[in-house]
Amino acid sequence: MPSDRNARGRPPETAGLKAERGRAAQQASQGLDRLIHERMRLGIVSALAVNESLSFNDLKRLMKTTDGNLSVHARKLEDAQYIGCTKSFDGRLPRTEYRLTAAGRRALERYLDHMEALIRATRVG
Amino acid sequence: MPAYLGAMASVPSPRDVAATPALSERAMDNLRYIRGTMEEAGVFTAVPGWGGVAMGITALGAAALAARAPNDHVWLYTWLAEAVLATTVAGAAMLHKARAVDSPLTSGPGRKFALAFTPPIVVGAILTAVLARHSLHTVLPGVWLLLYGAGVVTGGAFSVRIVPVMGLCFMLLGALTLLVPTPWRDAPMALGFGVLQIAFGVVIARRHGG
Repeated sequence: MPSDRNARGRPPETAGLKAERGRAAQQASQGLDRLIHERMRLGIVSALAVNESLSFNDLKRLMKTTDGNLSVHARKLEDAQYIGCTKSFDGRLPRTEYRLTAAGRRALERYLDHMEALIRATRVG
Repeated sequence: MPAYLGAMASVPSPRDVAATPALSERAMDNLRYIRGTMEEAGVFTAVPGWGGVAMGITALGAAALAARAPNDHVWLYTWLAEAVLATTVAGAAMLHKARAVDSPLTSGPGRKFALAFTPPIVVGAILTAVLARHSLHTVLPGVWLLLYGAGVVTGGAFSVRIVPVMGLCFMLLGALTLLVPTPWRDAPMALGFGVLQIAFGVVIARRHGG
């Protein structure tokens, strides 16, 4: 005779409950900020969130990536005004410094909220 | 549109339902990635500024006491007692500052700071025992300043920029003390662990919140 409880002692999930969880997860995943959902851009924004500013070389070292790749992703974040960029000279060497803008910080907070909502939604019941 | 089609539209497909655990796993993976990146990129900001000032004041007091020590043993014990006192003050100040900025001391930057700071200090403790056993008390101030400075430089690599600068100043003073011996062995100690510590403590407290 099949047991009416699973290994954790909970009643088995009904099809209705599964559907409910699927619906909740679907809703939570809607409206996700695709711009920072990409790993490299998410990393850049996260790194800048805990630093006042980071140089291009600092970010390149942290992200373990190439100049070209970092430039492309940083430019997308700049275009969205999630990060700000200042260029200067350190002696004769050009120096590019990035900072997270208020909009970027809000976007990261929204993204974190989304991820938490998604986890909560899939754990309902 | 028939009513049942509208109702069907709100029902997730079996594929969506199957994807639910995967979505949750990916969300958790993303949160882990954000946390890992922040830990990797973060700097240790719990270096105590006012705590450093307090350490400097106790060091000045210790220098005054040590200068009156009748022999090398009393002199050494005076400075060892000061080391214990300064460590206690620094620990309490770091804990207080870490709580204030909601950044646990055991987080990534704090752990890296401790791992980098500790080896030169352990070397200093071993050298102290060896040099004292051979009655080489006169070289101890230089060794202490040099190794404390080395610890601050290596630990400071994971902290705000002023911290490794402070370490370099200690190293410079330690090297000078070793290379240019002075009959007033407590003078470089007071200058380093007292004046330098107080000066950098004030700057750190003003620029980096306490």
